[in-house]
Amino acid sequence: MEIPYTVDPRPDTGLYNAKLGIWLFLASEVMLFGALFSSYVLLRVGATTWPHGYEHLNIPLATVNTIVLITSSVTMVMAWASIATGSLGRFRIYMGSTVALACVFLVIKGFEYAAKFEHGLTPSTSTFMAIYFTLTGLHALHIVGGIIVNSYLLGPGAAMWRAEPARFTNRVEVAGLYWHFVDLVWIFLFPVLYLL
Amino acid sequence: MDTANAGSVRKQVRVYVTVFVALMALTIITVTISTFHLDPPLAIAVALAIAAVKGSLVAAYFMHLISEKKLIYAALGLTAIFFLALMFLPVSHFADRGL
Repeated sequence: MEIPYTVDPRPDTGLYNAKLGIWLFLASEVMLFGALFSSYVLLRVGATTWPHGYEHLNIPLATVNTIVLITSSVTMVMAWASIATGSLGRFRIYMGSTVALACVFLVIKGFEYAAKFEHGLTPSTSTFMAIYFTLTGLHALHIVGGIIVNSYLLGPGAAMWRAEPARFTNRVEVAGLYWHFVDLVWIFLFPVLYLL
Repeated sequence: MDTANAGSVRKQVRVYVTVFVALMALTIITVTISTFHLDPPLAIAVALAIAAVKGSLVAAYFMHLISEKKLIYAALGLTAIFFLALMFLPVSHFADRGL
């Protein structure tokens, strides 16, 4: 049975189904991260003392990671623009760059975590470290999810381009929306945890 | 953008590059301001304002929210209401305790 509305928009929503689906998923993600941000506010306001992020966390590393993630968002949207204009070659370059930058982000995050553990800083050290590891750990899991999906579209998933180019383009757009959301979350995590 | 028009996509590429430069500049600005160690209320306001501008740029241009269907705006509007309610929960907690 053919899956309906993978390319053409549904008459009642004006959207192809996957696009509405990803936006509803992202709405649920906003509530997931929102609950954790709300917990952060509650814990911080209720604490008698709260450390400055810059006293315990590595701002230069986090700044580099911010630049890496923003760049990956640009390469992701360029991957979509490439496939939308019919260039599979440029799509592969941009999507490959997106996956590579995501891996760089995780490696840098790994160095950051390793340094914390070396100094005996773990989630049980303090409320600040607990919320730091929870928020950045959950975000890192989202990066891993993005790497898996984007790698699939870069590799075996790209076979769809030959048979159903419009459907494949929509898949790339949906994966891009998820990836930009992951970037968006980091845009708020960075100042909240590291700079304040 | 449901059906990608090659001409309009090419025009958008220039916009993506401009947004990228703006995001980089705002990242440098927010890190630089953080080195001044402003009073917490001012530091929080400035950092969140810059983050909000950056987030809006990503949502508007990379996620194409600047030209989306009404149904998505409606879903996101509802999400925003619940998100704001979550953010105000801690405030109501401390208001109850008279803190």
